[in-house]
Order: sequence, then structure tokens, then C-alpha cells
Amino acid sequence: MSDVLLSVRDMVVDFPTRHGLLRAVDHVSFDLSRGEVLGLVGESGAGKSITGAAIIGLIEPPGHISGGTVHLDGSRIDNLGMEEMRRIRGKRVGMVFQDPLTSLNPLYTIAKQLIQTIRTHLDLTEKQARARAIGLLEEVGIPAADKRIDDYPHQFSGGMRQRVVIALALCAGPELIIADEPTTALDVSVQSQIIDVLKRMCAEHGTAVILITHDMGVIAEAADRVAVLYSGRIAEIGPVREVIKQAKHPYTKGLMRSIPTLTQTNDRLTQIPGTMPRITDRPEGCAFAPRCGHVMDICRSQQPATRSVGNCEVACHLETEGGAS
Amino acid sequence: MIAFVIRRIIQSIIVIMVVGLVAFVMFRFVGDPVNQMVGLETSIADRELLREQLGLNQPLIVQYWHFISNAAQGDFGTSYQYRRPVSEILGERLPATLELALVSAIFAIAAGIPMGVYTALYRDSVLSNIFLTVSLIGISLPSFLVGILLIFIFSVHLQWLPSFGRGEVVDLGWWSTGLLTATGLKAIILPAITLGLFQMTLIMRLVRSEMMEVLRTDFVKFAKARGLKTRVVHFGHALKNTMIPVITITGLQFGSIIAFAIITETVFQWPGSGLLFLQAVQNVDVPIMAAYLLMIAFLFVLINLIVDVLYVVVDPRIRLEGS
Amino acid sequence: MSTDYQTNEAKSLLRRVLDSDIWYSFKKSKVTMVAAGVALIIFLAALLAPLLAPHNPFDLASLSLMDSLLPPSWTGMGDPRYLLGTDDQGRDVLSTILYGSRISIAVGLASVAFAAVLGITLGLVAGYMGGAVDAVIMRVADVQLSFPAILIALLIDGTISGLTGGVNREETAFTVLVISIGLSFWVQYARTVRSSTLVERDKEYVQAARLIGLHPFLIMLRHVLPNVMGPVLVIATINLALAIITEATLSFLGVGMPSTQPSLGTMIRIGNDFLFSGEWWITLFPGALLAVLVLAVNLLGDWLRDALNPKLR
Repeated sequence: MSDVLLSVRDMVVDFPTRHGLLRAVDHVSFDLSRGEVLGLVGESGAGKSITGAAIIGLIEPPGHISGGTVHLDGSRIDNLGMEEMRRIRGKRVGMVFQDPLTSLNPLYTIAKQLIQTIRTHLDLTEKQARARAIGLLEEVGIPAADKRIDDYPHQFSGGMRQRVVIALALCAGPELIIADEPTTALDVSVQSQIIDVLKRMCAEHGTAVILITHDMGVIAEAADRVAVLYSGRIAEIGPVREVIKQAKHPYTKGLMRSIPTLTQTNDRLTQIPGTMPRITDRPEGCAFAPRCGHVMDICRSQQPATRSVGNCEVACHLETEGGAS
Repeated sequence: MIAFVIRRIIQSIIVIMVVGLVAFVMFRFVGDPVNQMVGLETSIADRELLREQLGLNQPLIVQYWHFISNAAQGDFGTSYQYRRPVSEILGERLPATLELALVSAIFAIAAGIPMGVYTALYRDSVLSNIFLTVSLIGISLPSFLVGILLIFIFSVHLQWLPSFGRGEVVDLGWWSTGLLTATGLKAIILPAITLGLFQMTLIMRLVRSEMMEVLRTDFVKFAKARGLKTRVVHFGHALKNTMIPVITITGLQFGSIIAFAIITETVFQWPGSGLLFLQAVQNVDVPIMAAYLLMIAFLFVLINLIVDVLYVVVDPRIRLEGS
Repeated sequence: MSTDYQTNEAKSLLRRVLDSDIWYSFKKSKVTMVAAGVALIIFLAALLAPLLAPHNPFDLASLSLMDSLLPPSWTGMGDPRYLLGTDDQGRDVLSTILYGSRISIAVGLASVAFAAVLGITLGLVAGYMGGAVDAVIMRVADVQLSFPAILIALLIDGTISGLTGGVNREETAFTVLVISIGLSFWVQYARTVRSSTLVERDKEYVQAARLIGLHPFLIMLRHVLPNVMGPVLVIATINLALAIITEATLSFLGVGMPSTQPSLGTMIRIGNDFLFSGEWWITLFPGALLAVLVLAVNLLGDWLRDALNPKLR
């Protein structure tokens, strides 16, 4: 496993509130290889975005990582000081946010924002940085990049802006990109273009990606592996094909059934009954138990441990009890 | 861009015309201009003659037009108290007020913006809490009370600074300035603080809330996520975006600084236009009241236009809209 | 009909109050509790001034110039009858402050009520009528908003005294102040109510009300008012502080309450003339009370704004 780029072990993120501590991320562990695309899926509030933000130390105070470790290329990064962490952000780990309309500073040209970022991390002259910036814009598919670089964000369309955002995230050549819902705010017609750009760029530069989304379609299209998050915990993690075709966790199964596909024209789309518990009143035992069709007594009292099943890892008592379905 | 400017100018003219109407109505109907200008012994026939000469028998719309066109040429009539042209008196008093307002505005901005930025960045620090407490007191203390307190401490007790007047002034053509003499500079300190304190707390609170808002935006988060230096994120990205609403409101505040000068000038017997206006109100000297109102309206409109231009310079979204 | 409407309004306000965790934030904020306590004490003291005050400053017969300009009693040079000293006419400063705060608060409350009624009415009319009426009202509001309230109050005050020829100043001072201050503060209410009215105007119940012969304006009043109670309450609280300051300022400038019926501002003006000769107590005691009163009301307004969190500009 020498090609492990990122290793997250038992990460816990807490938010103190006036109702007590909110555990937004609860003992999440996963590995990511170089150049690999890992999808993080789950409903809103499942802890996907917070997991992503925690990895590069951007949790909004008073929230904080209160347990576990994060290793990047073998060295620990979750306990670094602010300044050391800053040097990693952008340089080794880039980030793409959801809404390209608000991700760019409206008062500066694209050139200024790109060159500023490049020169923060790389020892280049203004001219060299500009050339690199134009090159990147061409790579992400912005026509007439050498002219458009001097435009302001509001002069670009939503899809074009997200391309600029990807160029900004990649401009110092990071080893990992964390893309937080990169297509959610875009028109359906440009969503797959942006996924293509992200995929192609990362493949060409050998960049690994953590793709955070609630859209299984995007995962199926772009990811190598997928981790399904439910109420701050990983329910199931494994190669995309296996998880989609042979989901093991009842929640993942339900999630897959709720995706429309061309082959299943006769089946009705099924909904999972109930809603995800708020992290304030997460039940004892398995968080999914109240909505699960296969719930057993043990599920209500004991939190399931994570077991390897084939290439996947699953946290469900059904797997430990020998698959009593 | 040009359409924008033209629209603004038309709006400004409407504002001036509305205020002009108010000033005219005051001028025409509050007290009888003729009675104010003549003595008790003047005969009714003479009064009628004067009425005719002044055009007071013409239709009101014509009178309004005369009033506005005279005002546009700087003719506001004759003061009832001083028996001199209003424009002359106002011209003598204006430099004192403008200097005071300018120094106050500089004080308010120079202290308010850094304090606002500091309290936004270090929300829970001791110094922030001190700033916020001071600002709350600054907003709650009426400015005349601030002036009295400053006089009590620095003039009565410590006897460091003068409590009234402008000190020595130097004439530069039609402009008389107190900023070039030692006594003049000393004299402006207390009035400027009194006048600027409220605006300073206002700017500080505004900068703080705007900055906190901007710090929560996606583009600041994205700038942080790109590993830009904290200093660059705070002052390059966040502060610049904060300044847009701050410029607008600070600019508009300059108009109210000039109006609030009425109080400060009274406390410190500062020989400016505000003191003149107050005395006019007390003596129902309507021509001065009307002229002062129009002057404030004109300054307000002028400042608005300057703010709009600044806005265009700072924000590319507006600058490039037309092109 | 009207009691029905009032209970509706009260219910809606109560629900709003509970929804916004208002009691939680009140109990959590010690500053707010202290401010509420201080404001309550000052209001009560002002209300009960005739019972609490050791002297009656308006009873000219009891005044003696022999007792004028006495320092506070604890300085050793004063008179034990006058705890906070006396002013230039021999009036007890403590009693005058109590009566003065009564006047200040009364002017403040009356002018806020006047401004609120005027603003709500004009806002409803502007929002409901639309068109030219709306344009005129809101244009006037815009222009007025760009001038500080104190300037407008001064102009109105000057105009009224010009029209009345300045006679009966002592009898009309209170009314003139309330009108001047009220007219300079109506804009915010009007804007809030207008935008809420615009939302309600096109709803079906308004059309329905017209069909059954009810005047839609009355129906709107019943539906718009509960919606804007929160913001109006916040504006009114913050305006109360501003109105008290404005009254004090006008009285200080000599166009407010006359020195025979001094408000806090009038007392500060009187005392200001004696500051240099060392009689600081005439100015500083009413000044301190004014500052504490305004600070307490401001703190309550701030808290109310955060707790009700209406969308305010």
C-alpha cells in the first residue's frame, strides 16, 4: 500500500452548541490512492462536506476535529499549525466549492486571482505565472484564454466559472482535489461537461479526487470507489461497480433503488421511508435502525462494527450475523 | 455607464426641486416677507408697492420659478436679522463648517475602519469587547453631552484645549482657514472629536458587520482553501469587498456630519453655518433657514454623485455593465 | 370584532416571541436583564416623580434664590435638604431630574407613537393604493431619509414657531416637540409596512373581502399589522432612544422645553452656562441620567432586534 496518498483514521468532528456537542463526523476512516477518485455520497447533513473541510483544516470554529488522524503521503497533517496547514492548502490539496457564482471574488480579474494563487505557492515571476495561468485556462476549456484571463468573474457563464474554479484549484499542481458538490449549482446541461473536465484534468495531472456529492449518477460516472455516509458515519465503502450492483448495507440498497435507470423501466422508484435522524437525536446503536427494513434487536442497542466483505467494507449487523436477510 | 450618470443627475435635480419647493413654501408662508422687511411706520400703500416689486402678487408657480432660479444663481434674499444678503453671510460661515466636517470625517474614518476590521477579525478578544462597549456608549451619548464632557475634562479641568471658537484664522482668498495656525489646530480638536465620535462608532459597527458577512462568503473560504496568506485573504479579498457598502454609507454620512455640526457648533460656539442656522431658527429668519436647507440638499446630492462615481471605480460589475 | 382582532394580534406576537427563543436569549444575556432593570427603574421613577421627589420644582413659591447654586450635600458645602445640590433658581436638582426625565420620556413615547401611527398609515396607503400615491409618499420618504432627523425636527420647530408667531411657547412646547420629532421618524415604519402590504395586496382573501362588501383596507389592516408587529416593535424601541436624544438635543439648543418646565436636555443647557464657574452638578447629573436611560433603551432595542430577527435594513 505504498501508493496511499491520503489516510483518514477514526476522524471525529464536533460542533459545540447550546444544546450540547454535535458530532457531525463520527469515526470516519478511509484511504485514498494516488490518482484515485473517491466519491463521498450521502443525504444533506450526513457529514460529507464537513469531512472534506476537516481534511484540509477548514472547519469553521467553534467546530473542531476532536479525534482521529489524517495522513497525507505518510506524514500527519491534522495536527499542524495554521501556517503549515496554509502551505499545504492549494499547494498539495486543492478544493472546489459548490457554487461557482460565489466562489470567485467579484472585484478581481481571473488573472489576478490565478496569478496570486500561483505565486503564493510557486517561485515564479509575474510573467511566468501568467503564462501558467493561461495554459491552465486553456486546459480546462476556456476559449481565447489569453484574452479572457483579464475579464472579471461576472463576465463568465456559470459553467465557465466552474472551469475557472477548477483551474484555480489545480494551479499549484496539488496531489489531491476535494470537490464539494462541484456540479450541484450548475445547469443540468453543463454538469457532465464539468465532471469531464475535472476527471480529465486530474487524470492528466495524476491528481487524486475526493468527490463529494448527493448524486449517485455523478459517482457512477466519475468515481473509482465510493463511500456512503449516513448520519456522520460510513455505512459502506467499496469499488463503485460493486457498491452499485451489489450493495450490502440496507441504506445503500435503498439509495440505489431510488436512482432511475434505463434497464429498470418497470420497477417503481422506491423511497426510503422516514428521514435521516438529526445528529442531535441520533439513536443508540445503528443510526439507520429506525428506517431499516431488516432491523434486529441488536441494531437498536449496539453500533455495528465495520467488516470487510469482498472488496467492500460494510458497517451492518446483517453482515456480522451471517447475512440473515 | 453614461445612462447611469444621466439617470443619477435627473434624480438629483428632482431631489433639489422637491427640497426647493419645501424651502419656497417656508420662505413664502412662514411669516410675511414684507412685514419682515419694513418698519411699523410704513404705510399700507408702500407695503403694496414693495409686494409688487418683490413679485409676491404673481401666481405661485411663477414665484416658485423665480425663487429657484434666483437660488441657482446664489441669490437667497436678505436675512431678516442681519439685513444683508444671505449668500454673503453663508459664504463667510461655510469654510468653518466644512473644515470641521472634513476633520471629523477623517477622524471617523481613520479610527472607525481599523476598529471595525479588528473587531471583525478578533471577535472575542478583550480589545474587541472594549471597542464594542465604547461604540455602544458613543451611540447612546447625545453629541452635545460628549462635547460638554470633553470641555469639562480638557478645558475646565486640565485646561489643555480651548472650549470655544476657531482660534486664529488665515484668509486664503474667500476661504478662511484655521488649519494653518497653532491655535486654530488646537481649537478644532475637541469639536472634531465631538462631531466625529458618533460617525466613528457607526462606521466601526458597519465595517464590522459587513466584514463578518464577507468573511463567511464562499470566495473568502475558497481563497483560504487555496492557501493564500491570511493577510492577503483578510485585507486583499475581504476588506476590499467590505468597502463597497462602507463607501456608500460613509459618503452619505458626510451630509449628516454637516447637519450635526449644528449641535457641535452650538456647544463650542464654532462660527460656522450650523450656528448661523440655529440662530435663524430661534429668530425665525426664514431666508437663512431656506438657504441652509437648499445648501444641505445640494451638498447631499453632490456627495451622492461622488459616491456613485467611487462605486463605479471600485466595483467592476457596475463599471462594465454598460459596455 | 376589534377584540377578536386584538387577540389575533396578541397570539401572533406571542407565537413569534416563543419561536424566536426570546426568553432564552433574555435569560442568557445578563446585559439585557440589567438594561431592562435600569430602564424599568428610570421609567417608574419618572412616573412616580410627584411621590418620590423631595421638592416640587414647579412650585415657584417654595423656591428661594437664597438656596441657588448649592453643591451636592455630601461635598460638605451643600445643604442636607438638597442631595444633588440646586440650580441657579434654587430648584432641587434631584427633584428637577425626576420631573425632567418624566418630560423627556413622555415626549419620547408620544413622538414614537405619533411616528408609528403616521408611518403605518402612510405605509398601508402607499402599499395599497400603489401608483402615483405610492410614488409620492415613498419619494418624500427617500428625500427625508437623506436628511438627519435633528435637522428636520429643527426646521419643523422653526416653521411652527414662525407660523404661531412664537406666542404661548410654554404651553405649546410639548406638542411642537412631539410633532417635530414624530414627523422626522415615520419613514422606517412606512417602508416596513408598505413592503408587507405589497405582499398581502394580491392575495385572494383581499379580493374575497371585496366581494362580500368589506372594505379591503380594513382587511389589510388586520392581516398586515400582525406580520409587521415584530419589526415595528424593534424600530419603535430603537426610535425611542433616538427620540429621547432628539428631544434632549432640541431642548439643549434652546428650541425645546422652556426652562420653566425643564426636560433633561433643558437642565443640561442651563447647567452648561455654569460649567466654567465650577457648578458642574447642574449639568452632569441630568447628563448621566440621560446617557444611562438612552444606553439602557438602546441595549433593549439591540437585544430585541437580534431576538426577533426581523429583516431590517
